[in-house]
Amino acid sequence: MINKTAAQMADALAKGETTSVELTQAHLDRITAVDGQVKAFLHVNTEGALAQAKDVDARRAKGEKLSPIAGIPLALKDVLAQKGVPTTAGSKILQGWHPPYDSTVVSKLKSAGVVIMGKTNMDEFAMGSSTENSGYGPTFNPWDLTRTPGGSSGGSAAAVSSFEAPLAIGSDTGGSIRQPAALTGIVGVRPTYGAVSRFGLIAYSSSLDQAGPFGRTVLDTALLHEVMAGHDPKDATSINAPVPAVVAAAKSGDVKGMKIGVIKQLQGEGYQKGVQTRFDESLQVLASLGAEIVEVDCPSFEYALAAYYLIAPSECSSNLARFDAMRYGLRTGDVDGASAEAVMSATRDAGFGREVKRRIILGTYALSSGYYDAYYGSAQKIRTLIIEDYAKAFAKADVLVSPTAPTTAYKIGEKVDDPMAMYLGDVATIPVNLAGICGMSLPAGLADEDNLPVGFQIMAPAMQDQRLYQTGAALEAALLTKWGAPILSKAPELKGAK
Amino acid sequence: MSSLSRDDVAKLAGLARIEMTEAELVELSSQFGLILDAVARVQEMDLSGVKATSHPQPLENVARPDVVLPSLSPEDALSGAPAQEESRFRVPQILGEAE
Repeated sequence: MINKTAAQMADALAKGETTSVELTQAHLDRITAVDGQVKAFLHVNTEGALAQAKDVDARRAKGEKLSPIAGIPLALKDVLAQKGVPTTAGSKILQGWHPPYDSTVVSKLKSAGVVIMGKTNMDEFAMGSSTENSGYGPTFNPWDLTRTPGGSSGGSAAAVSSFEAPLAIGSDTGGSIRQPAALTGIVGVRPTYGAVSRFGLIAYSSSLDQAGPFGRTVLDTALLHEVMAGHDPKDATSINAPVPAVVAAAKSGDVKGMKIGVIKQLQGEGYQKGVQTRFDESLQVLASLGAEIVEVDCPSFEYALAAYYLIAPSECSSNLARFDAMRYGLRTGDVDGASAEAVMSATRDAGFGREVKRRIILGTYALSSGYYDAYYGSAQKIRTLIIEDYAKAFAKADVLVSPTAPTTAYKIGEKVDDPMAMYLGDVATIPVNLAGICGMSLPAGLADEDNLPVGFQIMAPAMQDQRLYQTGAALEAALLTKWGAPILSKAPELKGAK
Repeated sequence: MSSLSRDDVAKLAGLARIEMTEAELVELSSQFGLILDAVARVQEMDLSGVKATSHPQPLENVARPDVVLPSLSPEDALSGAPAQEESRFRVPQILGEAE
């Protein structure tokens, strides 16, 4: 049962062939069997999940009208607050914190009857691209346990790709959903900025952060997208408009007559050969399905990485000021006579990891008087140019495409001491965040040189998320026919698995 | 090549209220040259006349009707407090002894 898609599980639940309790227990058993190696979860809420499953089963038995994914188990990135359940954002500074409230995403999942099995590992405060920056140790890529699953939502991606959960939620500030989806051979979507409420999403960079869905198929991802999105009065940046019809788009999957723009700046040099090969092949598949492929020029994208690594650290240096050891979280050095400032400084030293400190310091520098205009100010102007480049490109094409990441999954420890090398992995995903638009990564096959998954990225204008699913579903169906089996069937069996 | 000295990093760490060890200050200072060179690329383009974007959405103030809605109880609000006293957050000394 755990190898089926979420849509198939939902169908089996609706027909009474299984129950949510059975389904949830099967996934909890899988977690027990393999998570010692994968380490996707920081906390498994066995009792809470089974209670939720039992409740959905009872509601179904009474004939209540339920959401399409009611009773399906899910893995939640630890960046989202869930009432009474440990929530750390991967940081030691929040160890032991039990939020007194639910994030809006969690409220929506609960009312849709989605079973939340636990909280997944992540780079501390979502700052990183490999999940190695977690305060609780790394997550391992199910395709090769010596490699990273990407990040920052590496735990969620690894949970879905190792069949510990059919669905998961991540957050994407610079590619943190799409890149781990690419590196683990699954589907991940960063919805349009403002489409999913940020209420209760622990903030990293508020103008870039957005939560979104992971699944093993385009349709599964759409089913979760539709449940988690929508206007929320508790988030002032939430878009007050209907959720795009992503499920319908995922079911239609037709690209005939569509114009697909290939971004000149996001391919070629710097991209691993096997990544480029699978990308080019997918383009040919889309062309054979009747799409028209055009090339588009986005010259400002060359500066996107630089702009991002000024804007995100600047916003984070301000956002993370809230971790002050006064109202919640860690407090150290509170000895008799110690000043509040001394306690704050000692706590932030003990509670924050290396990368978080690095970004806070970089942001503090970029925002300091005398440097503000040259750094943060210039980055904001680059952001305008990127938005303009996208506008011009979308005038020529319905969707834009690129490889999701320049390489396949790299070894744990390979880039952890070289921040710039790590940052370069975000080069293709970051422009979407700066412009506030939406993007998807879906599997394009395995790279010939290392037999590891390659991601194909699709981008669409703000609130046109359905175009991602329409294009993604068409490509997915054609590739499945070509391969004969889903990509994850080629992943090695994990030890302890039945 | 840009650079930040160990003392520059120490000053920034003070502003950011992060006590750092000598080893951390030295490591960060050695990494910053490369990072600053990379992000300084934003200055390579001619940006005269380009307006700044602070946010991807055309934002307006969002207000709601002024009515009381449910909020956290004092117990819930204090549930994560590192220290509390008489239903209040207990914090370390903010002013010096003589003040």
